[in-house]
Amino acid sequence: MAADARVTAVSGTGVPVRGDDIDTDRIIPARYLKAVTFEGLGRHAFQDERIAAGESGAVHPLDDRRYAGAAVLFVNRNFGCGSSREHAPQALYRYGIRAIVGASFAEIFAGNCLMIGLPAVTSERVGEWQDRLEAEPGTPVRIDVQAATIALGGDEYPLQIPSAARRSLVSGAWDSMAALLAGDERIGATAARIPYLGWRRPATGGSE
Amino acid sequence: MGRSLLDKVWDLHRVAELPSGETQVFVGLHLVHEVTSPQAFAMLRERGLRVRHPELTVATVDHIVPTDTVQRPFADPMAEQMLQHLERNVAEHGIRYYGLGHADQGIVHVIGPQLGLTQPGMTIACGDSHTSTHGAFGAIAFGIGTSQVRDVLATQTLALHKPKLRRITVDGRLAPGVYAKDVILSIIAALGVKGGIGYAYEYAGSTIDALDVEGRMSICNMSIEGGARVGYVNPDRTTFDFLRGRAEAPDGEDWQQAVDFWRTCASDPDTVYDDRVALRAEDIEPVVTWGTNPGQSAAVTDTIPDPERAPAERRAGMAAALGHMRLRPGAPVAGTPIDVAFIGSCTNSRMSDLREAARVVEGRRVKSGVKALVVPGSRRIADQASAEGLRDVFESAGFEWRGAGCSMCLAMNPDKLEGAQMSASSSNRNFVGRQGSPQGRTLLMSPAMVAAAAVNGQVTDVRELLGAA
Repeated sequence: MAADARVTAVSGTGVPVRGDDIDTDRIIPARYLKAVTFEGLGRHAFQDERIAAGESGAVHPLDDRRYAGAAVLFVNRNFGCGSSREHAPQALYRYGIRAIVGASFAEIFAGNCLMIGLPAVTSERVGEWQDRLEAEPGTPVRIDVQAATIALGGDEYPLQIPSAARRSLVSGAWDSMAALLAGDERIGATAARIPYLGWRRPATGGSE
Repeated sequence: MGRSLLDKVWDLHRVAELPSGETQVFVGLHLVHEVTSPQAFAMLRERGLRVRHPELTVATVDHIVPTDTVQRPFADPMAEQMLQHLERNVAEHGIRYYGLGHADQGIVHVIGPQLGLTQPGMTIACGDSHTSTHGAFGAIAFGIGTSQVRDVLATQTLALHKPKLRRITVDGRLAPGVYAKDVILSIIAALGVKGGIGYAYEYAGSTIDALDVEGRMSICNMSIEGGARVGYVNPDRTTFDFLRGRAEAPDGEDWQQAVDFWRTCASDPDTVYDDRVALRAEDIEPVVTWGTNPGQSAAVTDTIPDPERAPAERRAGMAAALGHMRLRPGAPVAGTPIDVAFIGSCTNSRMSDLREAARVVEGRRVKSGVKALVVPGSRRIADQASAEGLRDVFESAGFEWRGAGCSMCLAMNPDKLEGAQMSASSSNRNFVGRQGSPQGRTLLMSPAMVAAAAVNGQVTDVRELLGAA
């Protein structure tokens, strides 16, 4: 695996975005999916939430100067629920997020994060850490993926990282393509034993 | 020990155990649409790879298509660009494509079953979280992200973790005016929107057995709204009868072989499940969501809940949801005024949905001031509904009749809520901003309930209009 693909640790500052069940439509509204690349998605992360916050006289954490340049997003339960759009982690990554710490993640979202080398790690203590970041913005955060720990300021805590994700990130093999391509012959052997592939009718063709 | 359908289908499609600890799984059918595929094709091109099994890949266009005109180029240049990319990609890789002018074009999760492409025992993947819809046939079907779309295009396989399995049984008879949509909304309310994380859902019981395939599709469709990436119903006679004679279903000598195989796919009676949940059909009433996730719902006969009376950890979320929805705790659910009525989406845009809604609408008028639209799930459905006279029923009542597509379910086409409009919607998500306006509000319900709301201009117990109350 390419050495530069290894994700062993993430360092920087943190930004808390509070709330359970934050869905992918909130992370990246569907209108920004109307594009043939992921480029430019970063500036639209949480766009409608940020506008709504501004209109109500509040400041969304992503627009809060105290958290400017943050690399680690701190969220709560079931973050990323809803659609399968990879645009959601792509938008966060392109915004500058390099790791997400949450109480739990929706399954497709977590998979999509791993596919782009973005660690999505969990802990039940994330609420405390959000409190601390709000009280002390700029607290240095360091996530050690290999050791599954997080350091906030001088304090270190354990994290949960699924073992497959941890191995993939640390070895740089998080992009599954190479491993899948390596099994070329076995793919053919598997296809050969699947009964329905033999019944498939000749393609009747589509058109415009 | 018995094996579940999940076990059997998983083992049949298992290619290898990967160093990461995941399983490499063969994908029997890959469905492609215009939103989540262009980047995947670009990644393939960058690596000089081809589509490994174009004959197992099927594309259509649904998310961005306008439903009032199919004239090209589209008024929206971004939508036009996306469609052109899809057209180029399917041509370059020899992928079967049900394009805008094709008689079989429609929502990807509607046309797969309609063509008979979706069959029991398959693995089916698509860059769309509602791919679980196809589980209604006893397939293991799930949504994937764009990098995974690339993986399937290049290798016809995915790296996956096998989910745990929860059997959800619903027994008894649904009362008139209560539909599959009410069943799945009740399941999600009972188990929560996170309850299914890490699980596949197997839906069973006499209520599910008695549903037609379309009702089963509505249920499997919303598995992901309960957190479960996969949801399925064991294949049975109902499934086989639906498939017989479909354009892409096996025929001739293959048919009997297929049915024999399909029967063997069903979960064994002595399967051991990781979890079991049981609901009673008699307890299910027409359901309406009041919040901003599909688990926040109540019976139409109930009142809007009070966050102060909810468990502490739910209060803040409920209060925020009610704030967005501008709903008052304690107010009756029935009587909530609406501005828009939307019948459509991969959840509820099929013939049985349109027939039930038309029964409610027939001889009545859409309330003045309500914008009401019907967006059939496919061109075939639109044609059949027209032939059965349903289009006339809807149009005479004041509904707009549109072309096939995803439309106002996620508002990637010109059909959008405006401002803080309240929408009665037969779709699957009531997320903030989902229907195209950041302030827009969505009440999820069955298509018949949407029809009743359209007629009365407010949330209405459809049983009153059906004379079933």
